[in-house]
Amino acid sequence: MSLKGKAAVSGIAELKPWKEAPPDVTPLKLMGQLMAEALADAGLEKQELDGFLVGMPFADPGMIYPASAAEVLGINPRMLNVVDIGGATPAGMVWRAAAAIDAGMCNAVLCIVADLNRLGDQRVPVVSVQREFEAPYGNIGANCGYAMIAQRHMYEYGTKPEQMAKVAVDQRTNALKNPLATFNDKPLTIQDVLNSRMIVDPLHIFEIVSPCSGGSAVIVASPELAKKSKNPPIWLLGAGEYSNHASITYAPSLTNSPIKPAADLAFRMAGVERKDIDLVCPYDCYTITVLVTLEDAGFCKKGQGGPFAMEHNLTYAGDFPCNTHGGQLSFGQPGLGGGMSHVTEAVRQLMGRGGERQVKDAAIAYVNGNGGIMSEQVSLILERRS
Amino acid sequence: MSDYVKPLPKPTATSRPFWDAAKRNELALQRCTSCNAFIYYPRDRCPHCMSDQLQWRPVSGRGKVYSYTVVRRASTRSFSDKPYVLAIVELEEGPRMTTNVEAPPEAVKVGMPVMVYFDDVTPERTLVKFKPA
Repeated sequence: MSLKGKAAVSGIAELKPWKEAPPDVTPLKLMGQLMAEALADAGLEKQELDGFLVGMPFADPGMIYPASAAEVLGINPRMLNVVDIGGATPAGMVWRAAAAIDAGMCNAVLCIVADLNRLGDQRVPVVSVQREFEAPYGNIGANCGYAMIAQRHMYEYGTKPEQMAKVAVDQRTNALKNPLATFNDKPLTIQDVLNSRMIVDPLHIFEIVSPCSGGSAVIVASPELAKKSKNPPIWLLGAGEYSNHASITYAPSLTNSPIKPAADLAFRMAGVERKDIDLVCPYDCYTITVLVTLEDAGFCKKGQGGPFAMEHNLTYAGDFPCNTHGGQLSFGQPGLGGGMSHVTEAVRQLMGRGGERQVKDAAIAYVNGNGGIMSEQVSLILERRS
Repeated sequence: MSDYVKPLPKPTATSRPFWDAAKRNELALQRCTSCNAFIYYPRDRCPHCMSDQLQWRPVSGRGKVYSYTVVRRASTRSFSDKPYVLAIVELEEGPRMTTNVEAPPEAVKVGMPVMVYFDDVTPERTLVKFKPA
């Protein structure tokens, strides 16, 4: 069983995130705009959409969400689902869409996320186990877990703060060429990052995503419908998903993440090697997330993510282009749209729509979606066929 | 009435023995009578072998800091009063726990030995925390 070449991303849409969304904006309003733009980009009519994968907006959650949202948007899907695997949701949508297409259940699947940053002080965990055994000790929100991953990574492998900072610095260089990025006005230096406010040791504020509002969408289409797009089809070559914990406390390891089995599966399905990859779009809620992803996805030896980041130029013009949109660290994290930004950027680059940050001759991209505290992992390999 | 504002555990039928033990200043874990694994947090069934034959056992209270962070800016207001050490402690018996290490932040190191202590945060509720051993 393989999804290799069975479906392609044929259209994308993405909003520039707001730090503060206008008061009249709702997640469904954003989804309406995104759907229209993604359909136009894919060259499809609304009537041709027959699959609907949607992320649950934190700002407007509800039961039986997909049918309600589909009704508002005026679509009649043959498959409708909330995908609920945290930041891995968008990458997870792509292979689910391809699987539905491969199975003959759908021909064109809208994968869409939109959210508003209106949580305020409501960052309480929703799962009862977390309420009971994590929250009383102050393990609330994602910062703490990633800080403990970083601390353990430093202990096991000698990873240094400046090595983590390098990720934020190179990604900022990328963001300077991305008009959609939230932080695209001035460059960042390693010293800027290390001098920025310490939030949760050893992570500084410039190593932590900034929550914002916005959204994005992609359309995954059958080979036939992908031809209707003015864009070259961006084929799904390989996909892998894996999870082995929710709270990082109960993970088998803080530093060996479930990315490895997900990435290995994706590469095996795609039949390509790490060296064949032209750009990577790893989920980057924090700088440490990128180092662990590069290690576990096999781009460098375990524990060597820090030295790897220092030795390579991670910008669009460099020898190892990484998160050429700026990553979420500079793009912003509009809820699940943060995770989708890695998919849209990989697709944009492979379609040759990277503008000033276009990676030369980009043909194959690796994307990783990461949910929770390194919990849910989805690796994708996407290709533009020459 | 207590003026304690931080979140408190709400014990369930499954977890109540853990919190009751803490109240008696005792650290107790479930142990699977089938595969002998110690289990934390409390479960209805062993997550390893699926047995539902679990017994509560007092444990040593000794462990090591597996990792930690100093939370200087908390995500919620209730923890914003002062920086605190959030840690994952690996118990001698195997399981890891999310907890706090009561020590000056600069004194905490990965791998350092710690010993359980019981923090009676309210008259009803005791949290399981650790101090340098």
